[in-house]
Amino acid sequence: MKGSLEVYGQQMEALAIDQGLDYFPVHFEQVPASFMMEVSIYGLPVRMPHWSFGVRYVHQLIQHQMGHSRLFEVVYPGDPGRAFLAENNSVAENTLVIAHVLGHADFSKNNELFRRSQEEVGYKIVEQAAAHAKRISSAIEQYGAEKVEQILDAALALEAHIDIYKGLRRERYPEYRPDSAGPARTGFHKRFHELPGEEQPVAQEVQRVRADIPPHFERDLLWFIAQYAPDLEDWERDIFLAVREESFYFYPVFACQTINEGWASYWHARLLREADFIPQSEYLDAIKTHSDVVRPHASGDQVSLSLNPYHLGFSMWEKIVETEGLDAAFRIRKEEDDFGFIRNYLTEELAEELNLFQYKKEKSGAISVLDMNLDDLKESILERKYNFGAPRVSATDVGVDGTLHLTHEHGSDGRGLDLGRCEKVLEYTHKVWRRPVTLSTVDARSTPRTVSYPSQ
Amino acid sequence: MADNPSTFSGCAEGGQQWYDLFSRGARDWLRHNEKVRDAVLKKLPDVIAESDLAGGGSGHTVKVPVRLMEHFRFSLAHPDEQTGAGQGETKPGDKLVEPGEKKQGKSRGEGGNNEGGIEFVLELKIDDIIDWLWEELKLPNLEVKAGTTKDDEYTREGWNRRGARSRLDRRRSMKEAIKRRSINPDGPTFINEDLRYRQLVMRRQPATQAVVFFAMDVSSSMRDRDRKLAKTFFFWAMQGLRRQYTCIEPVFIAHTVQAWEFGEDEFFQVRGSGGTVASTAFTTISDIVEQRYDPARFNIYMFYASDGENFRDDHDAAKLTLTRIAGMANYTGYIETPATEERALDTETAAIFDSVAGQGGAIGSYALTNNESVWTAIRGFFRQHAGEKAA
Repeated sequence: MKGSLEVYGQQMEALAIDQGLDYFPVHFEQVPASFMMEVSIYGLPVRMPHWSFGVRYVHQLIQHQMGHSRLFEVVYPGDPGRAFLAENNSVAENTLVIAHVLGHADFSKNNELFRRSQEEVGYKIVEQAAAHAKRISSAIEQYGAEKVEQILDAALALEAHIDIYKGLRRERYPEYRPDSAGPARTGFHKRFHELPGEEQPVAQEVQRVRADIPPHFERDLLWFIAQYAPDLEDWERDIFLAVREESFYFYPVFACQTINEGWASYWHARLLREADFIPQSEYLDAIKTHSDVVRPHASGDQVSLSLNPYHLGFSMWEKIVETEGLDAAFRIRKEEDDFGFIRNYLTEELAEELNLFQYKKEKSGAISVLDMNLDDLKESILERKYNFGAPRVSATDVGVDGTLHLTHEHGSDGRGLDLGRCEKVLEYTHKVWRRPVTLSTVDARSTPRTVSYPSQ
Repeated sequence: MADNPSTFSGCAEGGQQWYDLFSRGARDWLRHNEKVRDAVLKKLPDVIAESDLAGGGSGHTVKVPVRLMEHFRFSLAHPDEQTGAGQGETKPGDKLVEPGEKKQGKSRGEGGNNEGGIEFVLELKIDDIIDWLWEELKLPNLEVKAGTTKDDEYTREGWNRRGARSRLDRRRSMKEAIKRRSINPDGPTFINEDLRYRQLVMRRQPATQAVVFFAMDVSSSMRDRDRKLAKTFFFWAMQGLRRQYTCIEPVFIAHTVQAWEFGEDEFFQVRGSGGTVASTAFTTISDIVEQRYDPARFNIYMFYASDGENFRDDHDAAKLTLTRIAGMANYTGYIETPATEERALDTETAAIFDSVAGQGGAIGSYALTNNESVWTAIRGFFRQHAGEKAA
């Protein structure tokens, strides 16, 4: 990166630090647009091979050709952070992107969810993922592509089924139940037995009872299968756990989309306003890019049935800084994820200003606007974000024959699973668990249904 | 300035960057296509039902519409009714989309879970399919009819000082002139002795020509399903033979109580009425062989498809004519599409083929009841044929 962009970048950085942003240094790299696109598909610059990424790739290519999507920037948290800039962007655009990236870097260093995740997963996710990919490549050489693909089919299908509250590194369950010999002996019992005429208590043989596996509903299916699959080879477990580690990395990215993109957009706008070192003509270019990024809906549309997280987050942050001040904003970016951010800071006033509305889509395809109810609106925004965007499926029991029983908490999810897809996922899982796999859910009429693979 | 400033690097610095070297997206897309291909090959008998037998040769392809494969995940059943959040100037009660209307409202932020939605056309080379089949069915390579040669092929070989004007090799002649003048620089530019003519010789070559007779009973008892199965078998038999013979001609014969030669197009459309007299087809075939395909120079194959009902009175005539064909042909196959599975190969026509097979000659009979059985028949035919040759 020669010339003005590097100069602007350094000046932008000085400005950011002066304004109070706090981040690990970022390694910026200009890359071809095609590479940017691939990175966004894989989620990481170097990641394991799997055919499903190929499907996404083609989708993206098609979207790209239809002009729907334009990648703005790709950034990875860490120490140092890493950011890729499209080399075909103009200097003005990339100056804006640098400011945007600095916003992200500040967010990922200070936000609690990101911080916790990085302490567990590590601050070098790009290199770690590359190491996973390398190990998987050598597994392909050693054991063949088919076997590795089988493992990845299952692991990537269950990608979202982790339990972030239990953490990345977990011990296996205790093998035996806690001592169940009854309540602890107290001084009273001792004195009671010493009374004349009382027999000595028979020394009870302590019988250790094997604990149930799992002892409770286990949401972390990747961990559970890796740990307890009856015939899993070490190299197979290794791949499962590699996918799981990447999931732990992806979770905060997923759970902080609006707040994080909003924060970065707020900062690129703010830094740009103060960047008097940028010549007027380039400044206007950058401003235009900014308004493209944070526009509420695709150009030409008057009404959009989805929200642009850049736009919503940006508008919310502007409002927060305006009404509560910059210090409060720094505190909020530390404490909240999308759930807290939208529930606590999307006000009735702002929702009206932005023309947000809630709609209902009927089976017939008819879509109509509902009455304004702020809480319901917020739930509609957040609905798809719960539980890493996946249905709540837990491992509940392992039968004596090794059958793995999964249970879908259809009550919490409000409805049952798509049974066809469910069977396919069980098929993937079966190839790793290598014993029958079943899942209980309900069908469209709320009748309990059990799906099994192999089917009974 | 920060204590620990960020760093900037661009493409220009390191020269060729590693990410220019390959596209992972394309690699994984190819793997996806391989998986689709495998899935499609399993359904091939259906796929090629629309394809023509004679067409093309090596560049010949079939086009199969397929969907993108979905990598399945647990997902909630599609709800009857769902809510969402949108943005724009509306008021409560506004109808944004009327029932039944499609709205292309997919824009940024809407997570698509409909990756299975795109259809694309997979173009499979018939040759690739055949190679795959040969591997999958563990089929042997055929051996060419032994001892048959043809010798009417002229090949260029060497040069001569005399010859027809049209075969003058100018380049070669020029070289000769240069050679001569390098010894004697003062000589004339060209003399007659410099001229060289291409020489042709007659070469004996092993016969790689073949003719395949596809004969079919088109009487009213043959149903559409029977024709489709027969066509599928004919298709693969033709493609398999094409692997072996550089030059192969199909001949189509349909018969009821009479037999006619057809072009491929009409052959599968033609519908006759009345009964079945197989000998008419066999007679027509041996007549055609006599007139057009000298058994010494052509490898001859005959496949006959029928539901097995043949006039009893025709028994001796059919047997006689079939014996004649079997004597000339590399292989004679009978494909029966029986009315019921139980009755397969327990018919008049099957009996005729059986008795001729009893006299020696490469003859096989196969029943086609479903798509699976097409593979069994194809495998049987090529195994048996290769076996006869090896023996």
